[in-house]
Amino acid sequence: MACLALAPAGVVWASDGGTAPEAQPGFSTLDQLTPANVGGLQPVASLPTGSRGAHGAAPVIAGDTAFILTPFPHELLALDLRAPGLPVKWRYRPAADSMAAGQGGGGRNAPVAEGGRVFFTTLDGHAIALDAATGVVLWDMRVADLAQGETLRAPPLVARGTVLLGNGGDDFGARGWIAALSAETGALLWKRYSTGPDEAVGIGPGFASAGQEANLGVTTWSPSAWQHGGGGVSGPILWDAAAGLVFHGTGYPAPWNPDQRRGDNRWTSGLFARALEDGAARWFLPVSPHDLYALGSTTPNLLLDREWQGRQRPLLVHPDANGHVYVLDRLSGALLSAEAFLPVNATEGLDPAQGVLRRNPAKQVRSGGTTTGICPAHPGAVGGAAAYSPRTGLLYIPARRLCMDLEARDTTFIPGTPFTGANLRQMPAPGLYPGALVAWDLGAARVAWTKDEALPLEGGALATAGGLVFYGTAEGVLKALDANTGAELWRFQAASGIIAPPVSYQGPDGRQFVAVLAGTGGFPGAAAGREIDIRDATAAEGRALAMRRLPQPPEAGGMLYVFALP
Amino acid sequence: MTAKARAATLILLALTLAACKREERATRLDPPVAEALDKVAVLPVGIGGRPPEVYPALGSPYRSNAYQLSQGKRLYEWFNCRGCHADGGGNTGPALLDGWWRYGPDAVSIFVSIRDGRPNGMPAFRDRLTTEQIWQLTGYIQSMGATAISVAAPSRSDRMQSRPAENRAPATFPAPR
Repeated sequence: MACLALAPAGVVWASDGGTAPEAQPGFSTLDQLTPANVGGLQPVASLPTGSRGAHGAAPVIAGDTAFILTPFPHELLALDLRAPGLPVKWRYRPAADSMAAGQGGGGRNAPVAEGGRVFFTTLDGHAIALDAATGVVLWDMRVADLAQGETLRAPPLVARGTVLLGNGGDDFGARGWIAALSAETGALLWKRYSTGPDEAVGIGPGFASAGQEANLGVTTWSPSAWQHGGGGVSGPILWDAAAGLVFHGTGYPAPWNPDQRRGDNRWTSGLFARALEDGAARWFLPVSPHDLYALGSTTPNLLLDREWQGRQRPLLVHPDANGHVYVLDRLSGALLSAEAFLPVNATEGLDPAQGVLRRNPAKQVRSGGTTTGICPAHPGAVGGAAAYSPRTGLLYIPARRLCMDLEARDTTFIPGTPFTGANLRQMPAPGLYPGALVAWDLGAARVAWTKDEALPLEGGALATAGGLVFYGTAEGVLKALDANTGAELWRFQAASGIIAPPVSYQGPDGRQFVAVLAGTGGFPGAAAGREIDIRDATAAEGRALAMRRLPQPPEAGGMLYVFALP
Repeated sequence: MTAKARAATLILLALTLAACKREERATRLDPPVAEALDKVAVLPVGIGGRPPEVYPALGSPYRSNAYQLSQGKRLYEWFNCRGCHADGGGNTGPALLDGWWRYGPDAVSIFVSIRDGRPNGMPAFRDRLTTEQIWQLTGYIQSMGATAISVAAPSRSDRMQSRPAENRAPATFPAPR
């Protein structure tokens, strides 16, 4: 409890103390709102963001300012929390390369406020630092090459004077990488790849399985396939200050057609721990080697210091797209547990000898063939960032419970076009609602309770110390549940769907506020947004079929809602 | 043989002979024709315009000829169109079935979109496809959400079923499960 009291604001992001175990993204230490009084929560402010895109990232609160990065083409808004109506202090719109719009589905670019500066990445490949007080540009570096299919779609991590970021673009055959820039100048400090020779990947003497075969990033692929092999670092990057380690997942291999990339496809669809100072790999956990279903492992992780089977351990908890919650010792990389949090048929439990899931041979994928009823479906069972509450010991996972038919086709790498070679049709898992908030008992490794949803959840969850869980749905309903029981206590209908996590913060007047961005940009998860025709069952990666009951959102664009007790 | 029977025989013969007239398919364009087909006149806004003179002279084959349509359908997959536009329903790129065209519905607009690319993500295929192939794709894409001549439109896919076949277009709404 002592360390809880030390955290003044509700939302804490990585600071020079690292991603503190009690200050995870998704957990608010504020406790003014409780199950007893949340029913009185009322909107106190709303503000259009001016963008009609897909708002996948939360607003960031730093002191008395809220920062909102709108979807591509981005605009950064700084809002004054002290004044009623949240007036805009300054706004900044970087130059945008419109070609990125065609590669934009599912981006969650968010700003990071750190040491009087604001850092953010843009979908078209720039990393930008601004002065937080004035919005003046300090530096602007183009770090990802759009022509090679590279995009930036996650918030950067700012740690000890470096800015860490990774690329997206698995669907376009971009080779994945993580890079560190100087926070002062934006100069490149190091860059490590997810495929290729050991030197490029950062594998050397400090790697946990040193002595293994060399250059697995080359030899576990069909000849030269690693050069367009995907494995982007398109999720959040976390760090542990005490250990000096950064943690990130790698995306799925390209193309999706597995026959064009025979082998384990190292180092895609797994988890890396790297040294902060030079990016050298310390350990790697293969989560889905030779990923058949385009799942990847870039879902957000959590760093927790808590008791595990009778002893206090430094944990990394990773709810994976393949439907399992992975628990690791984050210093050694040892896998402690991997249990399914929803029905899965693509795999059949953990093989303890190999440390990976056993495949279901009935769900094998072959080029030219169609495999039906694969659960979970691309892009995975985790719809948004999971939240952990140390008060309840529960992990709240916003889930998609969809299955898919997958047809693999031979495909050719053409720069700037999708390199997938797969056609998908999706449908709800048999007998289940397509969405759910799953409360996962971390210690017991089992589901505590599940709250069904009529549509897959696409945004993150927020747990608060007051005993509540907040999350939004694609129909645009923001809900508050009792964190212990899952009983719904409060709801609010927004003008558009919610695919961003809610946040909670303490206002300048000391009151606890809850804020959320609404705005799906049309069809959730598809960059073309409103221009999806659901008569084609494979539209929007097949989700058109699964989500055809989604009500058409009103033509409202993005909107920030702020709530408080009267 | 009565006059009636003779007339019937003649009609039958005429029909049989007419049925022998196969659809013409040019498997390779003469290079001067191909070059002329590239000369579209586009309005200054980059949308709409006049097809090259040789296009009507050829009989506008790309929307009405089964061979050209099926070639377009193959190219649609081979050049990764499906990755962005799915089977016409859209994904990161807009739908092609829905009758809403960001850059114009006519053949010249679609031809220019494929050849030169468009803002917001459409790459240029100028260096990757021949002029004839771009016209084949154009014809197929025009037929996707609209009514094509049913004897010319492809009647089935050798892919996963994603929507009713082109010769049943416009595609019907999938029945709720």
